[in-house]
Amino acid sequence: MAATVVTISSGKGGVGKTTTTANLAVALANGGLKVVCIDGDIGLRNLDVVLGLENRIVYDLVDVVEGRCRLRQAMIRDKRLPELYLIPAAQTRDKSAVTPSDMVRLVDELRGEFDFILIDSPAGIERGFRNAIAPADVVVVVTNPEVSAVRDADRIIGLVEAEEKGPARLVINRMNPGMVKRGDMMDAEDVLELLAIELIGVVPEDENVVVSTNRGQPVALDPKSRAGKAFTNIARRLRGEQVPFLDLDEKSDLFSKLSRMLRPGGD
Amino acid sequence: MTSWLDKLTGRKPASANQAKERLKLVLIHDRTDLSEQALNSMKNELLAVISRYIDIDPQAVRINVAQDGREQRLVADIPIRPNTPRRR
Repeated sequence: MAATVVTISSGKGGVGKTTTTANLAVALANGGLKVVCIDGDIGLRNLDVVLGLENRIVYDLVDVVEGRCRLRQAMIRDKRLPELYLIPAAQTRDKSAVTPSDMVRLVDELRGEFDFILIDSPAGIERGFRNAIAPADVVVVVTNPEVSAVRDADRIIGLVEAEEKGPARLVINRMNPGMVKRGDMMDAEDVLELLAIELIGVVPEDENVVVSTNRGQPVALDPKSRAGKAFTNIARRLRGEQVPFLDLDEKSDLFSKLSRMLRPGGD
Repeated sequence: MTSWLDKLTGRKPASANQAKERLKLVLIHDRTDLSEQALNSMKNELLAVISRYIDIDPQAVRINVAQDGREQRLVADIPIRPNTPRRR
């Protein structure tokens, strides 16, 4: 087995990196693969709470790097799925506790045993980001359809190219189809035209994401949620499958349907 | 890109288009590390050099940074004035 190492990054904070990491991990593991996810946000860890595994942490990434435990001891197994593991970040240290070569070494130790290794990058373009992309085979950039997130995504895409980890693949998160209809939100095409990289998924804004995060149960475990479905599709695309993109307009209201009919070619 | 429906109701242009147009400019400057002022002074210097060799109309010159995928290119369109015989 030779794992594919996927780093999830964004530049800007709060666009949904950790949510994306947790859901891709769950969706891949749900598909029968052996998956480990690593929280790269030392000092501001969150992947543990999003996955609902916060009560089971004994050792963390920095303990492994500094030799206080073996790698295996820091791996928490998620009991809901057969083969999903988390390596949590340290909460009381900072990014400088780990170097890019530490990350490469640690990930190399895991490669033989897993199908996918997912790394949740912290926001920013400093050490934490460098650590997270050092071992990556693929970088997934998460953005939202708004100016600051797209601008930061562009910066990250450029840095990923400069590190010869490109081309990055794009996830557009929190798409609001109603706002797109009204012309008050850029659609996927607009964002793609600006960033000019391959799209790997569009995730609709979905209240279920907040509810599932409240419960520590990633939305990809809920087959009825639209965001969950979108994340599951991204996971399948990461595995190399050809999956058609969801029609985010499924639930479009009567008014927007009418105005579309009245507006030939206006979309 | 306002639709006739928007024009009829007198609505402001959709903000999504404004976001996209603003981002286009911001990204060009981010990617090239070239500010509007630097671009302008470069244009002026280029025009000064070119004018030493050929007769051009500075008003008709277009020099811009254009996006081509993830590459930026400097595109210059410099019409040359017809070669009118000059008096010695």
